[in-house]
Amino acid sequence: MPAISSVPDSNKQEARAAGFVFRLYVAGEAPNSQLALRNLKVLCQDHYRDDFHIDVVDVLLSPERAWTEGVIVTPTVVRVTPEPGIRIIGNLSNTDQVLSVLGFAMQAND
Amino acid sequence: MPSARMQHNKLNKVLTGIRGLDDITNGGFPRGRATLLAGGPGSGKTVLALQALVNGAKNGEPGIFVAFEEDSAHIVANAATFGWNLPEMEKQSLFFLDAKPRPDVVCAGHFDLAGLLAALKAKADQIGAKRIVFDSIDVLLSLLNDSLAERRELYRLSDWLVSCGLTGIITCKNNDSGQTNLDYQDFLQYMVDCAIFLRHDLENRVARRTLHIVKYRGSGFYAGEVALSFGDHGVEVISFPLMPAYDRDSTERVSSGVERLDSMLGGGYYRGAAVLLSGAPGTAKTTLCGSFVLAACARGERALFVGFDEPANEIVRNLRSVGIDLRPHVDSGLLLMRSIRSSLTGAEEHIGTLRNLLETHQPRCVVIDPLSAIINSDANAIRRRMPEQLLEMTKATGVTLVCSSLLNGNDALDESTDIHVSTVADTWIQLSYDVLAGERNRALTIIKSRGTEHSNQVRELILSASGITLTDVYQADGEVLMGTARWQKEIAEKDAEEHLLAGVEHKRKELELAQAEVNARIEVLQRGMAVKRAELEMLLAAEVSRLKKASRTHQALWGKRSGDSQKPASAS
Repeated sequence: MPAISSVPDSNKQEARAAGFVFRLYVAGEAPNSQLALRNLKVLCQDHYRDDFHIDVVDVLLSPERAWTEGVIVTPTVVRVTPEPGIRIIGNLSNTDQVLSVLGFAMQAND
Repeated sequence: MPSARMQHNKLNKVLTGIRGLDDITNGGFPRGRATLLAGGPGSGKTVLALQALVNGAKNGEPGIFVAFEEDSAHIVANAATFGWNLPEMEKQSLFFLDAKPRPDVVCAGHFDLAGLLAALKAKADQIGAKRIVFDSIDVLLSLLNDSLAERRELYRLSDWLVSCGLTGIITCKNNDSGQTNLDYQDFLQYMVDCAIFLRHDLENRVARRTLHIVKYRGSGFYAGEVALSFGDHGVEVISFPLMPAYDRDSTERVSSGVERLDSMLGGGYYRGAAVLLSGAPGTAKTTLCGSFVLAACARGERALFVGFDEPANEIVRNLRSVGIDLRPHVDSGLLLMRSIRSSLTGAEEHIGTLRNLLETHQPRCVVIDPLSAIINSDANAIRRRMPEQLLEMTKATGVTLVCSSLLNGNDALDESTDIHVSTVADTWIQLSYDVLAGERNRALTIIKSRGTEHSNQVRELILSASGITLTDVYQADGEVLMGTARWQKEIAEKDAEEHLLAGVEHKRKELELAQAEVNARIEVLQRGMAVKRAELEMLLAAEVSRLKKASRTHQALWGKRSGDSQKPASAS
């Protein structure tokens, strides 16, 4: 089972080990943020099986970090690995769009 | 209770510290509420918002700038051109948040500002922020791409401002930028408590920035369009609150710098008066202005000479050629010469520049040469009234103003009627030229001079290396003669006069001769008369003696006859 860490920079071993690493910036328990986390989990489980890791960053707890990483609105998800980094904002309800950005457009149409 | 209400208004506003803006908003932006600055590109939204933020930070109200559009590094660099040291302020009273969306960002589903606002709240608490700028909100809203979501987030923002007690300044592009389907704009206008529209247009190829307040909840405001001027230290709104009337009872005179003109005016211009010198090109307007300034400096008064489109040192050089040497006074700092490009900005901005010069240099005598440059820089009829405001401004401070006005033709009354200065000016001197016998001569007339007896005579104005002199013009056969024609006519008249004088002398001598002749004849006759009289007396004496003798003879004869006592009756 892939790990979802809410404290960033922990579980570094696992993060390095995983093929797909995402960082999700949320605003506490805000509905869009929670929805985004659910959507991302489902998507990753569907497409990456166990080979993924999600870091959750709460901007309410560490706003300066979010800002220095260029995150303004919540929720924002950043694909850290593999390169190039991909940045998606919103609650990820628009699954077609998310899959297309992540390179799953063909599979989605299958 | 107007005063209590005013107090109430003041408490609910924050001063922007931007000159003029605090006047037209009647005290600044609404405290703890949102103010919208909407305008097209280059209309000055960002600078205006930043300046209000910086002014607050300088006065104990730290601020946050959320930059959606520009990198904060750019903003800080641009602000340095206004002399604002933002890096220094950033240490404690200013915070910049780079919130520019990355170009590669993809939006997939709803998002909100909850996280951003919560984080900003934490930051605001940390630095004690009182003001916050969102520049410009439309960048963020365009990501939402959903009018319902746009409204929801704007509400969130508005509520957040109120709950945090932050005074918000939200900038936004408006429809002038050619974008369509921006219905959040209308919504923004309803949501905010104060909405200000900014414009940037070209009028007669002159860039003009203006703004006007669309609404201001719970406050009076000036609703007209005002100019926004970019100066050396930031932006400034050119508005003119009513000035307290200056005590106009002054009877003090200041010299025009030309002795004869002073005597024509009954002693010079009044202190605090506005004087208009109108005339065609080359009628010595600038020279008269220079004379006035030189006289002021010679009295030790501070003076300001504003020229348009002519470098200040050229004006000084040219004036020196007619014996007006301003250089020592420029060097001593008594006289400030300033040259302005008339075509750069609109009339209001020129007036704003002049106002700043008046305030920084504090002159007692001011020359604007020519004032018409301001008017001509702006075709709009309403703005032609700007010089009036300038004159009111100088009068309010008791500054004696001499301004020239360039006329295209030679007819003052025809050309000046649309320059409202002529009615506001206290003294109006018309300079003109007459072309006669192949030469162009300058003439000076005082058209009006309030409160002074003034000469109604046209004078010829002669420029020489020693300055301006005014001489009587020659009037002959209902014609005014000047220059060489005057000289010739004077010579001719002198000749005729001499000829006439000689004739009179000749006639006098003739008459004296005639008189002498008559007198001589009278003498001869009188002498003849004396001779006749003597002759007559002689004759009478002889007759008397003859009669006596005859009487004696008769008596003797009668005695000799004797015996006869009867005497004849008529003896003697």
